[in-house]
Amino acid sequence: MAATEEQQFPLPKILTYPASAPPSLIAQGAEGRLYKTTHLESGLPCALKFRPSKPYRHPILDARLTKARIAAEAKVLDKCYREGVPVPAVYALDAATGWMMIEWVEGRPVRQGINDWLGERPTEDAPAVEEDETPFVDLMKRIGEAVGNLHRTGVIHGDLTTSNMMLKPWAPSQSSTESGDKAKVVEGDVVLIDFGLATQSSSDEDRAVDLYVLERAFASTHPRAERLFDHVLESYKHAFKKAPSVLIKLEDVRMRGRKKSMLG
Amino acid sequence: MALEVLNLEHVPATHRIYAAFFRDVNNSDFLHAQLLARNPDFDYAFIDASSVISRRHLESAIFNALVTIVDGTLLSATPHSEVVLSMSPSNNISEAYRRWGISLKTKDLIVVKVAIPPSADPTSTTQPAPQAPEEIWAHLSEAVKGTPVALSDEEISKATDWQKLRKYYALNSVPMLAKVESDEGKRKEMERLAIMRMALRGL
Repeated sequence: MAATEEQQFPLPKILTYPASAPPSLIAQGAEGRLYKTTHLESGLPCALKFRPSKPYRHPILDARLTKARIAAEAKVLDKCYREGVPVPAVYALDAATGWMMIEWVEGRPVRQGINDWLGERPTEDAPAVEEDETPFVDLMKRIGEAVGNLHRTGVIHGDLTTSNMMLKPWAPSQSSTESGDKAKVVEGDVVLIDFGLATQSSSDEDRAVDLYVLERAFASTHPRAERLFDHVLESYKHAFKKAPSVLIKLEDVRMRGRKKSMLG
Repeated sequence: MALEVLNLEHVPATHRIYAAFFRDVNNSDFLHAQLLARNPDFDYAFIDASSVISRRHLESAIFNALVTIVDGTLLSATPHSEVVLSMSPSNNISEAYRRWGISLKTKDLIVVKVAIPPSADPTSTTQPAPQAPEEIWAHLSEAVKGTPVALSDEEISKATDWQKLRKYYALNSVPMLAKVESDEGKRKEMERLAIMRMALRGL
């Protein structure tokens, strides 16, 4: 119930003022909470990301960190949006009090779409039915394209997983009718979300680590689809001109892991 | 009465927002003079409608201003100047007035009135109790010589000067706009980009 949620987490002040519907808590992390609410009018849903102040930090440092992090995330989203990278638009923010209202992305996380697709298949993968995989491979390609566009813009996501990507439903006309219902679970535009750990960088190293994080996350979340991850890298290469040197770097990163050796 | 009450989400009930739209205004010189003279009877935000894209665009600016008004973190002198400043992507107040405020050339005028309880207005020392909407409208319809019309997207779009807006919100070389095919889709995206610019003001 909403009442118990409120008890557990006091609402940000902005959400205590009148609105057509009470906010609902969607997600909570160590750094912030995500609510679904409305912007300006009852018919315009939005996500409100709130970074509450941390009682264990010095108040001045706390205010500075909160403000800098909200500002950094908003700037990254703005940059991506203008460049045509699929991310939510920013509607309003108050960096000082630590909240930001952004576009509500309809649909489900890519993770769910992939799991639904895999769930219908026999546990023992039958590579004989290759034509069946096309809708799934297409999704892999859309993921690679989105990440390629992101990196071209000079942004590193910092936490690429299939949970931080949404499948935004296509218009009915775009949806495939031939492939049947099974293909539907992996249809939709890939929209990247949660830029709370994003940074701006154009180095091969940072880009390769970003890909490596996705590769590892993909392998552990969807072990049965791991062999299809190469399609992500393949379309990343098509979407992003500087991909070849990043992919060479990715080989190094795979050898040593995400963190650079401190002993070198 | 063509004075509209704007009920925006997440605004305290104590803060009332009114707005009206006049077209073919022929006394903008007079109204401009009242603003410069800080005539207390003309405590409104006057916005040149040619710099407004849509109702949502306007409401976004008003909402952003309300956030600072409620927080008591105004960057400008008064709640109404904060509304004008909130239309702008930069913190330069005089530039915001030049671009979004009333000028001698203003033909189509949007008037916004934010009625704040005296105790909640940190900039006010002597402000009387908020006026009733009937009083506000009686004064406005007398003071503004123009044709009151609905504050609708349709009416606003007749006044919009896209060339100016493209410049003000740096929309001329935005890569994402090249991906949008229809004119209507482009306008929708420019509205969003403008709202984003306003939200990120000063960052």
